[in-house]
Amino acid sequence: MTFRRGNQAPRRKAVIPAAISIEETFVTFGIFVMQLFNGLSLFTILLLMALGLAIVFGLMGVINMAHGEIMAMGAYTTYLTASFIEHHLPGLMGVYLFIAILLAFAVTFAFGYVLERGFIRWFYHRPLDTLLATWGLSLILQQTYRSVFGAQEVSVPLTTWLSGAWEPTETIQLPLNRIFIVALTILVTLGVWYILHKTRWGLRARAVTQNRAMSSAVGIDTNRVDALIFALGSGLAGIAGSVFTMVGSTNPGTGQLYIVDSFIVVVFGGVASLLGTAASSFLIAQMQTALEYLMSGSMAKVAILLLVITVLYFRPNGLFASKVRA
Amino acid sequence: MNISAKQGERFAHAGLALLLLGLLPLALGPYWLNLVGKYLAFSFVAVGIVLAWGYCGILSLGQGVFFGFGGYAMAMFLKLEASAPELPDFMVWSSVEKLPFWWEPYSSLTVTIASIFLVPIPVAFIFAYAIFRKRVSGVYFAIVTIALSMTLVVLNIGQQGETGGANGITDFSTLLGFDIINDAGKVAIYWVEVVLLLTATTLAALLLHSRFGKLLIAVRDREDRVRFSGFDTAMIKAFIFTVSAVLSSVGGAMFALQAGLVTPSLIGAVTSVELVIYAAVGGRLSVVGAVIGALLVGFMKSYLSEHFPEIWLFFLGGMFIFVVWVLPNGLADLFRKILRVKA
Repeated sequence: MTFRRGNQAPRRKAVIPAAISIEETFVTFGIFVMQLFNGLSLFTILLLMALGLAIVFGLMGVINMAHGEIMAMGAYTTYLTASFIEHHLPGLMGVYLFIAILLAFAVTFAFGYVLERGFIRWFYHRPLDTLLATWGLSLILQQTYRSVFGAQEVSVPLTTWLSGAWEPTETIQLPLNRIFIVALTILVTLGVWYILHKTRWGLRARAVTQNRAMSSAVGIDTNRVDALIFALGSGLAGIAGSVFTMVGSTNPGTGQLYIVDSFIVVVFGGVASLLGTAASSFLIAQMQTALEYLMSGSMAKVAILLLVITVLYFRPNGLFASKVRA
Repeated sequence: MNISAKQGERFAHAGLALLLLGLLPLALGPYWLNLVGKYLAFSFVAVGIVLAWGYCGILSLGQGVFFGFGGYAMAMFLKLEASAPELPDFMVWSSVEKLPFWWEPYSSLTVTIASIFLVPIPVAFIFAYAIFRKRVSGVYFAIVTIALSMTLVVLNIGQQGETGGANGITDFSTLLGFDIINDAGKVAIYWVEVVLLLTATTLAALLLHSRFGKLLIAVRDREDRVRFSGFDTAMIKAFIFTVSAVLSSVGGAMFALQAGLVTPSLIGAVTSVELVIYAAVGGRLSVVGAVIGALLVGFMKSYLSEHFPEIWLFFLGGMFIFVVWVLPNGLADLFRKILRVKA
């Protein structure tokens, strides 16, 4: 994908007269790198959102339309933490982000746990009803945010060591906070992979996914596994929300902006495949930013959706579907 | 009182006809009748959702796309009439100099009405058949349709000069020179709508009682067995989805006539999901229930968002949860229990 785009970017510059000086080549290269990097930023948000969804949807088959609002919950938690530390413990402002991310994870993890125990588990055999019920929940959460925090946007102060940019050449400026986010996303993704594939708990979770009855028979507490999977998925949404505050401001509708895109990412990548989710958020984010550069934003969205539908037509289970007979 | 399911359904249809043809027009003035007319526009979609979702298990969260299509088709005709011989005002503002080619057919009412009924047929059928043939269904279908409706909103808003953008199409008041916003006009449109709606509910009920109706339920409950028996289930599902698309389009056209405007939000995901709750509140297995549900929820929406705007979303959200949790078959089921209708 990236290689092909490497060929395309100069082609667009065909209008430039034949004699291209070295500086102009550098500028073109700079634009190209910046484009790639813009794509990476969108990629991180999409991936963090989609990871949580992929776990909940892929492992449990639950459609959680309130996932976006759980992300907003993480964002608001970050905002509250930032205001609290700013007023009471100004000395900690340098590291407030780490505290906020942990808190956001904890709050949304707990919320997810309670939500699964008290709500989601009653609908396991009715996926379409789950979709409607969680949509209802998302409306209630949105209105709650609006009543508590107001309809206007809130934003957090940017930590000093994260403002500024890294400038490897004159035409390339990579904002530090985005580099930080990319690193954090990679860390979180590896963490999720580790938990699911290298721990006892992950083993149990995958066993329940593959065969619930057998897992139950060998002594796995499947109810507990369900609750923890859902809580983990929600916690990941919380981290996504926390990260989101670093690149944008939060309003009650923030969650809804990303929910459908994240679902598209999960479906496109193939459910129950972490690699698929990562690859498909990378592809979609890069295509989105590249197409936005070439045409208007609305046409870019249409083009991507058409592409996704076309791909799904030929590979109905997503790009990276595992070859398991259902 | 012990009545059979068949009798119960006949009572319900008769009751609906009595309500729409007799009680409401007698009791309400033109203003309220116009409001009821707007809610009834949504009930066309709700009837379609009962057919596709309740009886065939296809949950489409993109019904707003077809509702919006019907609405825009009607509004384009009305707008062209209102602004003739000039270009529509929003085109002038965006310095569009020539009428876009796809607006041309909408200067004729016949073509407009034909397109409201006919254009959704190939669009919905090809889209749905392609998807169902690949056995994409259930929640995947729901996600694809909701993404489609979101994307179309973005596209629509982006093409400001040709679609009116975020403001939609407004400022029209006559249909072939006949005033549609004075009292007589509103009442006349109400009657046209009620006749169309009762025709639709009757046809829907007949369809459900035919052999094909049984087939729909079979596809919903055990699609693989129906397929093994030699039926093309993708064709059956695509057909019923197309029927619901046409119903939505007609509802959209009626909405445009009575609301006097169409906006991109009609196409959007929020409207599309709201339309499902209209059907769910009334009862996903009851055609008459869907109409009643649309009336009730529509009324609650106007009332609450006018007087208690902050409560409306709580109420709507709560209703989604309540209906799914406590009353999966909606108000129709409640009535069945109260009247002891035998299943």
